[in-house]
Amino acid sequence: MKIIGTGSALPALTVTNEDLTKFLDTNDEWITTRTGIQARHLLSTEDLYDISVEAATKAIKASGLRPDEIDFLLVSNVANRHVTPGLSCIVQKRIGLTCAGLDINVACAGFVNALMLADGMMKAGHAKNILILCAEEPTKYCNWKERDCSVLFGDGAGAVVLTEGNAFKDVKLTMISDRDVLYYERGMEPTPFQEKYVVGQPLVMRGKELFRTAVTESAKDIQALLKRNDLQSDDIDWFLLHQANKRIIDGIRNIVGGPVAKYPTIIEKYGNTSSASIPIMLDEMIADNKIKAGEKIVMSAFGAGFVSAACLWEWEF
Amino acid sequence: MSRIQDKARALIASKMKLDESEITPEKNIFNDLGADSLDFVELSMLLEREFNVKFTEDDTANVKTVGDLYELIEQYAK
Repeated sequence: MKIIGTGSALPALTVTNEDLTKFLDTNDEWITTRTGIQARHLLSTEDLYDISVEAATKAIKASGLRPDEIDFLLVSNVANRHVTPGLSCIVQKRIGLTCAGLDINVACAGFVNALMLADGMMKAGHAKNILILCAEEPTKYCNWKERDCSVLFGDGAGAVVLTEGNAFKDVKLTMISDRDVLYYERGMEPTPFQEKYVVGQPLVMRGKELFRTAVTESAKDIQALLKRNDLQSDDIDWFLLHQANKRIIDGIRNIVGGPVAKYPTIIEKYGNTSSASIPIMLDEMIADNKIKAGEKIVMSAFGAGFVSAACLWEWEF
Repeated sequence: MSRIQDKARALIASKMKLDESEITPEKNIFNDLGADSLDFVELSMLLEREFNVKFTEDDTANVKTVGDLYELIEQYAK
């Protein structure tokens, strides 16, 4: 499997740390030193479906394929205003696709999990050309009266088109059932028979515990992946890590090794865009001609669950 | 000062970008050394790696001073 097209889309509205100080008890120094985030894009006049279609359309165009040549649509999304139908169904027609698709929710690790599924589908002969779309609006499940979560997130979408090839080398997925570290609970409709009704609540995060688990488990994933492929961290050209917090990225780098330059970031301008963060960063790196054929790339992400995932590429165009 | 404390002092100084002479047992990690909550998580993870120990959440919740950290490490690193 290899990636032959990428695309991304961000909402038009940019919100800086300074903008947040107008209604939150926070300041630029507090946010920047603890997270590395300086700004984020938030949905305002457009909606998640608009940026989904934009990112997907750009990826298909970049791939050189026609929409009718895409055999399957895999969408990673944590939450949007439709519980049903899935986001893949909602955007399929607007992207110009006629193929089947499905949604997955593996939190911020959704992109790497979708890659694993796409690889399996190709190997099983179910599809030759697959579109993965990661579209997220995490700012819609934060409590905007508190600074703990709302300063961290941004909205965005990233997409890739995959076809047969030998670039995708290995993948490792991890799941440790621990809901309480990070969760967003939606209320459902009460029934006359339900004795215990759960009211929804905005995103809850135990920051210190999440930080520790994210760094530890992501580093373990990457080291395991390197070991079973007889590689050292020096052999890797790029570590594309989920953009949740600059200090988590630094923490993983301190364990895995390698210079800062091999760990690119976009978190300073987009915040945490959940599963869209890696495909957005990949799209920007490809647009800037930063990635060369033959380079070894590790992608690694973690999220609510707790889940983490990492994969290894030897890049082909 | 024990070898464990010597090594821990050097690690704390390195992490907090301070001179080792500033790392004394009575110093409060947050108020005197200037650590924020993430600095403290990073520091405890660094000490765990370097001393090959594992602290519990309760352990670290009670740490306030450099001396508390020394005691905690010595308790596990025996």
